[in-house]
Amino acid sequence: MANLKSLYQEVILDHNKKPRNFGVVAPASHHAAGHNPLCGDHLEITLAMQAEHIHEIAFNGESCAICKSSASMMTVAVKGKSKADAEILIEEFLAMATGKLDLALPNHIGRLAVFAGVCDLPTRVKCAILPWHTLHAAFASVAEISTESEFDPMHAPIGDA
Amino acid sequence: MNSINTLPISAPLGVHLFDVNKVRADFPILNLQVEGQPLVYLDNAASAQMPQQVIDRLVRYQTTQHANIHRAVHYLSELATAEYDEARRKLQSFIHAAEEREVIFTSGTTEAINLVMHGYGRKFIGAGDEIILTTLEHHSNIVPWQMLAEERGAKIRVVPINDAGELQIDAYENLFNERTKFVSLIHVSNALGTINPVKQMIAFAHARGVPVLVDGAQAVPHMQIDVQDLDCDFYAFSGHKLCGPTGIGILYGRAALLEKMQPFKGGGDMILSVTFDKTTYNELPYKFEAGTPPIAAAIGLGAAVDYLSAIGMQNIAAHEHALLQYATAQVREISGVRIVGTARNKASVLSFMMEHIHPHDVGTLLNQEGIAVRTGHHCAQPVMQRFGLPATSRASFAFYNTMDEVDALVAGIKNVQKVFT
Repeated sequence: MANLKSLYQEVILDHNKKPRNFGVVAPASHHAAGHNPLCGDHLEITLAMQAEHIHEIAFNGESCAICKSSASMMTVAVKGKSKADAEILIEEFLAMATGKLDLALPNHIGRLAVFAGVCDLPTRVKCAILPWHTLHAAFASVAEISTESEFDPMHAPIGDA
Repeated sequence: MNSINTLPISAPLGVHLFDVNKVRADFPILNLQVEGQPLVYLDNAASAQMPQQVIDRLVRYQTTQHANIHRAVHYLSELATAEYDEARRKLQSFIHAAEEREVIFTSGTTEAINLVMHGYGRKFIGAGDEIILTTLEHHSNIVPWQMLAEERGAKIRVVPINDAGELQIDAYENLFNERTKFVSLIHVSNALGTINPVKQMIAFAHARGVPVLVDGAQAVPHMQIDVQDLDCDFYAFSGHKLCGPTGIGILYGRAALLEKMQPFKGGGDMILSVTFDKTTYNELPYKFEAGTPPIAAAIGLGAAVDYLSAIGMQNIAAHEHALLQYATAQVREISGVRIVGTARNKASVLSFMMEHIHPHDVGTLLNQEGIAVRTGHHCAQPVMQRFGLPATSRASFAFYNTMDEVDALVAGIKNVQKVFT
């Protein structure tokens, strides 16, 4: 499977090994924790909004390589963006990870396209999208989310917060 | 200490008690290519594959023998009933039950345990009573008892394990008191492979008048089971881990206890007579088999135990021990890999952790080489919590696996390390 081979490619392995923006923003204006009890992945996102833009953002926690590199690349991608632009990117990333985004059409995915192959691995989609749902939850001020809780971030409405 | 030396030595490496290649030829699915590589199926503890003999038996039943059982006087119904009853006798002899009526068909281990929880637990366990479980239990032998405890105000007591993943028998014995009403314990741990000393534990419970259920889902595929020798009161297992179909399992129960229990499900076939004033329940085992059972699956399971018996459970155990010994020795040699579960007495399960690499990444990368392992918490979260791990990777071997497949696993693990360097 060509997509799978490209999933564990250098950029993902590099972000896994040397995650960017790893840590905690203090004081933070927004914060949320994401958890996938099925595999034990958990991460926390803290961010500071300044003049309607993401001034600082960081993540920490423990997870698989796909989740960690997705979180790392997400922080790089949204830093400096407005909340509205970040929400657009969240929507596009979730669509891509579930195979619903046509990458040939105009989009904001950029380097995040390395995660496109994850849609062929249904059991790993949750790993890739956990950071994005957690960021969405942080914007919506949902303090703690879980992939298996009643509030299901995998099916939570995106972009209406 | 090199724990490999303490594993039971049953057969020297490379000496086969049966022709593995001949056995493999019976399993069409083992010829599959996955990701362009020959399938290396090492997820047998989750579900075993089915030999052609069982597939053929299912086809023969559906094409020439099917009708509903215990219903009509016509040819097919009589035939299907006879084949279904014959399957029960095969299972009876496979686990050495004293009587045919002590062998109840269920949908699997989970339903078998739930049957005992409803039929025995809800009748005989009350407020303040205690139920003993172990840290090694699969969720299917935890959750039903928690439901009962919550409903009845009973209490769950848990036998701890040591760092090797072995039950602490002293602690088990100390848990008993006058409120202890039931023990339910796993024979072989699905997460770690530990074989528990159930015979000794049952004797201890019986000396205090406490009945014992054994969850044998992981034991029955790997060793000869004699429920009379174990002296257990209940023994539960699943067909699909035994090269049989899914949707079928067995509850063995001591007849005297089954007689005293209330039915689990109400419906057809479990009654002698029904009026709106009173229903008289059928006799064993039908009292516990309400509705049309999975007839084909039961007959398929009968064919599966015939198949396994022809190879010989002792030969199967010996071959699997040799695989486990070899795999354990090979994996221990890889630096940065730690085996989780190092009990002296183990079935063919190898759970492991790779330094700085999440089990999910291990599983995905091994799959890329056609190697199927299980990654996750194995429905045994208390075991994972005991070791402070969210998940492990688990290779589990069956009698149709080969030393070459162990080599493929070892090469696959080294390749995962290479990807992450």
